[in-house]
Amino acid sequence: MGARMLEIRNLHARANGKEILKGVDLAVAAGEVHAIMGPNGSGKSTLAHVLAGREAFEVTAGEVLFEGRDLLAMKPEDRAREGIFLAFQYPVEIPGVSNMYLLKAAVNATRKHRGLPELDAIEFLALVKEKMKLVAMDQALLNRSVNEGFSGGEKKRNEIFQMAVLDPRLAMLDETDSGLDIDALRTVAGGVNALRSPERAVIVITHYQRLLNYIVPDAVHVLHQGRIVKSGGKGLALELEAKGYAWLEGQASAPATASGGTTAPAAG
Amino acid sequence: MTSARTIKELADKEYQYGFVTPIEADAVPPGLNEEIIRLISAKKDEPDFMLQWRLKAYRHWLTMKEPTWANVHYPPIDYQTIVYYSAPRTKSDRPKSLEEVDPELLKTYAKLGIPLEEQKALAGVAVDAVFDSVSVATTFKEKLAELGIIFCSFSEAVREHPDLVRKYLGSVVPYNDNFFAALNSAVFSDGSFAYVPKGVRCPMELSTYFRINAADTGQFERTLIVADEGAYVSYLEGCTAPKRDTNQLHAAVVELVALDGARIKYSTVQNWYPGDKEGKGGIYNFVTKRGKCAGANSRISWTQVETGSAITWKYPSCILQGDNSVGEFYSVALTNNFQQADTGTKMIHIGKNTKSTIISKGISAGHGQNTYRGMVKILKGATGARNYSQCDSLLLGDKCGAHTFPYVEVKNSTSRLEHEASTSKIGEDQLFYCRQRGLSTEDAVNLIVNGFCKEVFRELPMEFAVEAQKLLGVSLEGSVG
Repeated sequence: MGARMLEIRNLHARANGKEILKGVDLAVAAGEVHAIMGPNGSGKSTLAHVLAGREAFEVTAGEVLFEGRDLLAMKPEDRAREGIFLAFQYPVEIPGVSNMYLLKAAVNATRKHRGLPELDAIEFLALVKEKMKLVAMDQALLNRSVNEGFSGGEKKRNEIFQMAVLDPRLAMLDETDSGLDIDALRTVAGGVNALRSPERAVIVITHYQRLLNYIVPDAVHVLHQGRIVKSGGKGLALELEAKGYAWLEGQASAPATASGGTTAPAAG
Repeated sequence: MTSARTIKELADKEYQYGFVTPIEADAVPPGLNEEIIRLISAKKDEPDFMLQWRLKAYRHWLTMKEPTWANVHYPPIDYQTIVYYSAPRTKSDRPKSLEEVDPELLKTYAKLGIPLEEQKALAGVAVDAVFDSVSVATTFKEKLAELGIIFCSFSEAVREHPDLVRKYLGSVVPYNDNFFAALNSAVFSDGSFAYVPKGVRCPMELSTYFRINAADTGQFERTLIVADEGAYVSYLEGCTAPKRDTNQLHAAVVELVALDGARIKYSTVQNWYPGDKEGKGGIYNFVTKRGKCAGANSRISWTQVETGSAITWKYPSCILQGDNSVGEFYSVALTNNFQQADTGTKMIHIGKNTKSTIISKGISAGHGQNTYRGMVKILKGATGARNYSQCDSLLLGDKCGAHTFPYVEVKNSTSRLEHEASTSKIGEDQLFYCRQRGLSTEDAVNLIVNGFCKEVFRELPMEFAVEAQKLLGVSLEGSVG
């Protein structure tokens, strides 16, 4: 097991005065893939957005360390440049801005932050061509406006493609499987698997076990009412699938596994 | 960690063209009367027809009332406190070549990024520079003359090409057209003149840079461009002014004439001083621009990027007289802080199968008020006329406003008109998406706004498009918090 890349301790967050995260503890090491599951409204997406720095959510308690640094003190763009990537559940449309243009600006903002020379158009194109293969991305989509007129599947594919190009340290996939047919799901999962590496950690947020057939996690956590109520290996996802989230109702009140500093066992 | 603070810091950036050049000026006393007009005309050594035209305009102006229909608000202008003529003092009558131009002036244009020295102007742009009231230098003149192209200051055109001036001056914007055009006709001091002869394609962009330097001075330039049969010319115009606490009046007139099969492309990047964050100072930009597609198959395109001025009042229009002629208007107007813009176009379809396109992008930020006002008029004889209009407004923040007043008047039932309009706000979700990809808030706003303006920017010549994008970025600083 690698060094801990991400450590979340007793994280509380609220939006519009309503508390959504009520003490989340989680640790993710480099090289690991963690799945976060849970019913609607349990706080899964909120957790991802809080980690990415969305200002609509207010952190009221707790701390988050990313590679030993105080993540919550960083601006969203600095988190991104440090290597945190969020694949959005609902990627936004930006009319008139080509996909390529946004991505080049993103790559170069990150490179600049890391003290690397910016890529010129030719170098960038070479990078893009290489990464396009990962998700069988249609070239035509690159020159179209960001997500404008994309189908649901194309949008998700585009997110994974962006992730491949940006080469993050920690990738968070927020319900990337929702709205995908089985073929698209396979392609997207194939892309994610190709990006698994000992240096990279992945957090997969999903509703269903289905995606985890393709992206096999090292650990599964169940988020319920703003807390992680159960953690386990990949078998936990199957158990959930069989028993349903109602099975958790009885466990919600019990302080979950993480309180003692124990986190999900890393399978790898 | 809130972006509001970053934004605040950015907002404190200054208007970077707000410097004043310490230069000796030859100016007339403030105020307006026939004596002043005679003085201006005499200073310019004009033929009598010009003086008579000016006086006719002045006498008509006295009978006119300042228009109040525009959606802009400002205290009454006292026309007797304005200086109607101010010229950098030169040793001789006027500079004969760049060597004779005051080095201070050349430094000013260098600061503005205008390559006046021809050696540096390899970019292929011929520049006429207008400083306060007079044109100080025109580059590339000889090269253009080889092709028969005339590109010079208006004063020079009046002296050297009086027949052309007499034939076309006021042929598109008559001296009595409107209050500000009449005022301009009476007192205009200089401007640019271009004539492209039959069948000649002008090989470089012609460009005029306007600069207001002296205090309490109005700038009243007049531009006349004539493209003879089958000719083509692309013309660029840029403007800046020093920062001052008082408002300064700029009332220009631009006339374009396109004969059979001619094409004129006119691009403006207007960056007059917009006033400060509290709305103090800035230029009143009251401009009449109109083009006449006089010949069949002619084409006039207006592209404007309006980011400066405290108040902008202008409607670059096309009179589509020739059959199959085409008029185009592409506009980006941005109002930030307390800026007001009432801008748009008129497309007057007279000839058969005439076509017009209107793409207007209004961006409002701060307390800015942005109005699109447009008219599409299809006259009885304009069989088969077509118009497509698209007006989009983008709002940044909740204290600004966007208004749209499209007028349509159709007298021929075979015409086809389409109008599309939209209003949107830069979404927090769009900003966050870009920031999550590593872009700063500032870059994200620029990216989104530039995307919004893309259809207009792609009509601009390359160098200008880059400048326009940067300008938009600077003008928007501090608009999202």
